[in-house]
Amino acid sequence: MKQKKKQKETKQPFSLDLMWRQRYLLLMSVPFVIWVIIFKYIPLWGWTMAFQEVIPKSFALPVWERKFVGFQNFAQAFTDRLFAQTMINTIGISILGIFIGTAAAIIFALLLNEIRMKKFKQFTQTVSYLPHFVSWVIIASIAKMLLNDGGAIETMFGVNLHLMSTNSPLFWIVVCLINVWKEVGWDAIIYLSAMAGIDQGIYEAAKVDGASRFQQMWHITLPGIKPTAVVLLIMSVGSALNVGMERQMLLSNGIVQDHAMVLSWFAYIRGIGSNNYGIGTAIGMFQSVVGIILLFIANKVAGMIGENKLV
Amino acid sequence: MENKRTAFDYVLMVLFIGMIGITVYPFLNVLAISLNDPMDTMRNVNFIIPRKFTWSNYSYIFSENNMLKPFLLSVLKTVVGTGIGVICTSMLAYVLSRKDFYFNKPFTILFIITMYVSGGMIPEYLLIMRTLKMGNNFWVYIIPGMIWVYNVILMRSFIEGLPMALQEAAKIDGANDFVIWYKVILPLCTPTIATVALFQAVGQWNSFMDTYLYARELPTLQYVLYEIMESAQIKVDPHAAAMGQMKNAVSPMSVRMAITVVATVPILIVYPFLQKYFVGGMTLGAVKD
Repeated sequence: MKQKKKQKETKQPFSLDLMWRQRYLLLMSVPFVIWVIIFKYIPLWGWTMAFQEVIPKSFALPVWERKFVGFQNFAQAFTDRLFAQTMINTIGISILGIFIGTAAAIIFALLLNEIRMKKFKQFTQTVSYLPHFVSWVIIASIAKMLLNDGGAIETMFGVNLHLMSTNSPLFWIVVCLINVWKEVGWDAIIYLSAMAGIDQGIYEAAKVDGASRFQQMWHITLPGIKPTAVVLLIMSVGSALNVGMERQMLLSNGIVQDHAMVLSWFAYIRGIGSNNYGIGTAIGMFQSVVGIILLFIANKVAGMIGENKLV
Repeated sequence: MENKRTAFDYVLMVLFIGMIGITVYPFLNVLAISLNDPMDTMRNVNFIIPRKFTWSNYSYIFSENNMLKPFLLSVLKTVVGTGIGVICTSMLAYVLSRKDFYFNKPFTILFIITMYVSGGMIPEYLLIMRTLKMGNNFWVYIIPGMIWVYNVILMRSFIEGLPMALQEAAKIDGANDFVIWYKVILPLCTPTIATVALFQAVGQWNSFMDTYLYARELPTLQYVLYEIMESAQIKVDPHAAAMGQMKNAVSPMSVRMAITVVATVPILIVYPFLQKYFVGGMTLGAVKD
């Protein structure tokens, strides 16, 4: 930390001599700058397609020769018969996921923090990371084996809950619970480290005053992680529309597809599936722009209630 | 702790043993099915100890179903992708940690913006498939996702925490910036390199969308598993089964579970050893820029 301050130097003016002296730094960074421009900024330029009619035939044309259609692609996307349900699904899954996920991670961290046997705590934590490192394809493969009609859960309990075969928002809950199962241990890491940062003296003082362990959890640990929780919660609201297509596609099946469709998947189906690049780009752009707006609002809110801004 | 255990401790213990059970049971179930006789599995899929032990599912996927190629491709992609990724990430992180570099600010901003704004799937797809024509080429797995800006920031804050005196000493000894990165910075960065390497290796091994979108002719293990899951049409010869040649019979479920195990095991072997690194990396990741 001390080093950082010392390093603050007066900025040198641009000169060829300076460039020559920093030639190795240039050589070590310019290729990556070219990479980032090609793979990250050219796709941004691709947003122009959202305002044009772009189908495979007209893609080869330069931008200025394609037919300019204004906001027609957006209008067509918003009036698509799938769009309303897709928006409801995206927001529903997202909000449900944020709340169930956050609550589960906090409860998990809170309880794990109370375990006094170090070895057992360590082991539990290691096991809890396991599903995080496993791909969605594998998770889906396992989930379908367990939850499908006639799967292990049905044979275990003797009732068919139709978890993967009910065309209703029940599917959102199933997806969110699978997600919690996969990520709860991983998400708890940040809360556990926040808990480790709480001054132990406060606990000692509370004990002297005769506070029970529940009281200590409620009045010391929870307020101690509140700033972390609030910031994470607000930032995740900022990415509310970014429900990944991969998870939805892998976990769903023909029966529940109506309630599994989310924006990114919709963009894929309309854009690549039916070869209408203009509409696909428009949907993606809508998602991205709303995401940025939400991020700024969330950041403002975080600043207003006195928490650290993340951006 | 001198406190003696209370009822609460025992409740917690039971609770967490239950949690471990919920986490581990599905994996054990999969493992047991993959090692069980396929015909026997059809009776009831709910067990964690193989009832009729057999290797036949594994020998089937690696011989007749030819999983060897996708498996090797997954390994190759993970090794090459991680190697190149770590080298590029650390190099860029070092340059961006150098406050005296003339382009430090603009380059840093250029990369950070991409963490918040992206062109989206369709423009990226068109760029890679139509403009660059990288479809069904091995490098489509490596180049587009070569650098994760998040990892660069992670590594940069680590490098900034290293004593500057080391770099200055090397400079006095006549080392150029490349040599400083290679000889001074890299050896000191082992903890973050381990974290970044794990993140990228897991990402590469687990990725499925890249094959799905760009390279279906170069199927990886994950993609093959997806295809089997979707079609559920492993060629099972019903006559062979009926004729009593039970030994060679396979069922889609058993084969799928065997592939699931093959796709899971490498990661399970690696991650517990890197735990102390990535836990540190995760919490450091919360730094703001």
